[in-house]
Amino acid sequence: MPKITINGKEIEFEKGMTVLQACELADVEIPRFCYHEKLSIAGNCRMCLVEMEKSPKPIASCAMPAVEGMKIKTNSTLVEKARKGVMEFLLANHPLDCPVCDQGGECDLQDQSMYYGVDKSRFIENKRDVKEKYMGPLIKTQMTRCIHCTRCVRFATEVAGVPEIGAIGRGENMEITTYLEKSMESELSANVIDLCPVGALTSKPYAFEARPWELKKTESVDVMDAVGSNIRVDTYNWEVKRILPRLNNEINEEWISDKTRYSCDGLLKQRLDVPYIKKNNRLQKSSWDEALNLLVDKINSVQPNEIAGHIGDMINMENALSFKNFFKLLKSENLEFREKNFYINSDEKMNYIFNSSIAGIEDTDLILLVGTNPRHEASILNARIRKTFVQKKIPIFSIGNPGDLTYEYKIIGDSTEDIKKIVNKENDFSQKLLSVKKPIIIIGESALELKSGGYIFEEFKKFLIKNNLINENWNGLNILAQNASTVGLLDLKIIKDKKEKFSSFFDDLKNGKFKLLYLLGSDNLEFKKNDEFVVYQGSHGDRGAEIADLILPSATYTEQNGLYENLEGRIQECKKASYPIGEASEDWKIFNRIIKKLNLKVKTLNFDDLRKEVLKTVPNFSKINEIPKKSPIKTNNIETIFYNEKIFVRELDYYYTNSISRSSKTMSECRQIRQKIKKNGTNN
Amino acid sequence: MRKNMLKKENRIFKNLYNEFGWDIENSLKRDDWKNTKDLINKGREWIINEVKTSELRGRGGAGFSTGLKWSFAPKEVGSRPHYLVINADESEPGTCKDRDILRFEPQKLIEGCLIAGYTVNAHVCYIYIRGEYLNEGKRLQEAIDQAYAKNFLGKNACGSGWDFDIHIHYGAGAYICGEETALLESIEGNKGQPRLKPPFPALVGLYGCPTIVNNVETVAVVPTILRRGGKWFASIGRPKNTGTKIFCISGNVNAPCNVEEEMGVPLKDLIEKHAGGVVGGWDNLQAVIPGGSSMPLLPKKVCDTLTMDFDTLIENKSGLGTAGIVVINKDQDIVECMARIARFYKHESCGQCTPCREGSGWMWRILDRVVKRKATFSDIDLLSDVTKQIEGHTICAFGEGSAWPVQGLLRHFRKEVESRCREEPLIKKKLNNPYLVDQHLLENKNA
Repeated sequence: MPKITINGKEIEFEKGMTVLQACELADVEIPRFCYHEKLSIAGNCRMCLVEMEKSPKPIASCAMPAVEGMKIKTNSTLVEKARKGVMEFLLANHPLDCPVCDQGGECDLQDQSMYYGVDKSRFIENKRDVKEKYMGPLIKTQMTRCIHCTRCVRFATEVAGVPEIGAIGRGENMEITTYLEKSMESELSANVIDLCPVGALTSKPYAFEARPWELKKTESVDVMDAVGSNIRVDTYNWEVKRILPRLNNEINEEWISDKTRYSCDGLLKQRLDVPYIKKNNRLQKSSWDEALNLLVDKINSVQPNEIAGHIGDMINMENALSFKNFFKLLKSENLEFREKNFYINSDEKMNYIFNSSIAGIEDTDLILLVGTNPRHEASILNARIRKTFVQKKIPIFSIGNPGDLTYEYKIIGDSTEDIKKIVNKENDFSQKLLSVKKPIIIIGESALELKSGGYIFEEFKKFLIKNNLINENWNGLNILAQNASTVGLLDLKIIKDKKEKFSSFFDDLKNGKFKLLYLLGSDNLEFKKNDEFVVYQGSHGDRGAEIADLILPSATYTEQNGLYENLEGRIQECKKASYPIGEASEDWKIFNRIIKKLNLKVKTLNFDDLRKEVLKTVPNFSKINEIPKKSPIKTNNIETIFYNEKIFVRELDYYYTNSISRSSKTMSECRQIRQKIKKNGTNN
Repeated sequence: MRKNMLKKENRIFKNLYNEFGWDIENSLKRDDWKNTKDLINKGREWIINEVKTSELRGRGGAGFSTGLKWSFAPKEVGSRPHYLVINADESEPGTCKDRDILRFEPQKLIEGCLIAGYTVNAHVCYIYIRGEYLNEGKRLQEAIDQAYAKNFLGKNACGSGWDFDIHIHYGAGAYICGEETALLESIEGNKGQPRLKPPFPALVGLYGCPTIVNNVETVAVVPTILRRGGKWFASIGRPKNTGTKIFCISGNVNAPCNVEEEMGVPLKDLIEKHAGGVVGGWDNLQAVIPGGSSMPLLPKKVCDTLTMDFDTLIENKSGLGTAGIVVINKDQDIVECMARIARFYKHESCGQCTPCREGSGWMWRILDRVVKRKATFSDIDLLSDVTKQIEGHTICAFGEGSAWPVQGLLRHFRKEVESRCREEPLIKKKLNNPYLVDQHLLENKNA
């Protein structure tokens, strides 16, 4: 390995590193504003200047490639002077409004000026005034604070793939703005707030809410989609104030989607705090005793097979297992968690997870999307596809039209007929697929929902296995689950294995065979209510509560511990950051109370028991936070029926996908703006 | 007349004053395109060697050896094509040499482009002209069309077997687009902001391909050098500062002009003999900016004996730059002149990197206060500090370009500046009285 001398200390570095990275290896801190690991190098803040031997001028360490034998000094007077000079320039036009700036306490400029700056100001001229810019409902701007590091510009063009932020004007008059001051049309837009090293771009919903040092920080995971982004939940007096990303290069890198970040204000709105009972066609406040007595009466008055349960999109695995155990005691088999009847083969784990893993997308050489819009279904995963596209210019194809995905792709068909041609090798594309080594096929729920959903999945699987494109090193057969609970619930075998009864739940529900329908946090199940008695156990007064006859209040994902399995089959822990509101309680506790009321005389499981059982049940489990173990590849011949159908990519109401985001004011604003843009026809 | 003044036959730009007509027929009479094919057929090595022997240094301002620059281009064309880019974005205040080449000697430039293009393996050449040179651009286009009509350009250009095309690209009037990487950004359609170096354009330039960027004058002298031999060119001027150069003399002179002279010509000769002398006589001279507005000015004392070439001017803490000589006589307010230049640089800073963006405006504001006699003595040291904080800390050479004129002013005319400043106002004399400063920091020397 090549060697570099930093402050007289010789260290080894990897080829391709910059001087700044080499300095970090040597534990030498280099101040910086514009440099960011995940973005391209701009080298414009000039804060990272260091002295290089034989160079009369100091060099920008973030941009200079490290070369064997370089001699770098970071502690000389030249460097100190350069840093102080740059710092003085940065502060010259920066307003002294730290006391009223939301970035205060977590501001790079504040911190670095303490260490590297001068404590006196020599700039007696008037400071520059810059007009505020509108950047949408999420980003609050105070552009006088901007230090023109262009991190936001680079993020928007490189990662988010929407070149809507840019700089206009030159010299002192350079201003960062969105194009025509429109709101930024990206699902990742709010990440620029984290990137901004100063208080120029701050969070609008969080404006003046709290100071960073007052907040309790809890490391958790997100449940707004199946990606399982790592987040940090910041609470103030048990109130969730904001959600920030946590670095995890295998999943979300440093980004989270806007929904993840900003639906947290929905955690305080529309909450169910006490049990409700429908009396005289109106939901009325009640007590736990009354509610549970009513429920027990109902359970006892119907046959076990007339009881059905549906598990919602954000239920953790412990609660789901507890629910399953509860239904076992009731001797009912009618459990379901799918919102629409899509095909899933739960025989082995690789049939329902994202096998190539999110980080594995970067190794691929071809991507085929089948009936999916990853931009809305899994924004972070889409960012990874875009990253791979930008870096390697891989070809991307789609069957069905998903709309703008922030990268170029080619639509090669819109019906199941096209898929048939591919798997039968009657198509140019099959040759292309066979000529690459690591293809990725992403099958979305829109495709699996079709009558030929089974055909699509099984035939692609057969095709890939037969042509050795699924092997020990590579498995590019991916299912893109939409809900945070989906993969975990499949692992817990919530739906019945029996093939002939695959769609029985939906048929029975349609035919009104159930007398008691128990919705566990389930808001997206679409059905026509007959005369079932509907019990809704959940956190928000949303679609499920609307049709309920009995409401049992429970906790949201930030208010309880629990395991979630993301679309890769990676089990992650969601941690309790605050307490359930009012009389609400964790789901598993409610089930235990019901079981006690039913006098079933069984030992109820506490949370630790449930977790142990969950981890025991999960197939291919390796470790928490790790992707599952691989099982040997089997060829099984499941015969499926082909129907000639059109593949439509179901459009997702991105900002309104679950009960929390539907209760969030911020998400409503975002949705309105998105709809307005569509109505005006300015979208393409 | 001085003995070693440039002989008429040694002049390269014979039509600098448009005495003989600019079009291709007249150019041919002046030996343009005479044996281009033979020159090219002698091969790349020979051309580069000949240019190296001539010790030709870039005429755009930095004075980098042209032969060396060409030899940086990859020898073999890889997966990406090579480009030649001609920098005709002549925006430096006080400089107008390229303009006359574009107007009156376009064929020299075009022929030079072909030879340079062949040498660096480029089939395509872009000439980046500043937007204000609209008429010059039209003239150049006409000249290019004439060259195409004679098959000097296009497929098998000039019978040399080399395909070569020239495109003109108009800038939009930004000074910074004369910086080579900003120029490339501008051609690509981006905001004209300089790129980080390394990588240098010779390896990663226009559209990420190897690109050689040369000034108009540099390329335009190449055909004559090849025709008459590098040794001939090297015999003119001083060692390492060879050949002839177009000097643009403007300001307080009786007859502002462009003149081709040999390198190392005394400044006094240039002004007295070619430009009709300083207005009010040589004794009325106050200062001279020797190389376009970005070079530090020199006072009369230095100008008396100064010779104009790269190295002598560097010894005098200035630079030849583009050889745009601006003469300032004693009727002018030197501080105001420099304040105006500072304002120009404040206006033209691209705003990309911090020191230049924030510093150029700051310098102008301080100088403006000096001009308005509102500055204090401490402002002078502050001004000097600001220039030093900009210099050497920026992405491109604009930082130096904006700081040097002010440094020159402070170096040579500090008394002038001081005479306009006043004492600190009494009310500010509480410097020893720390206000809102942490007491424990005061023990620290830097506090």
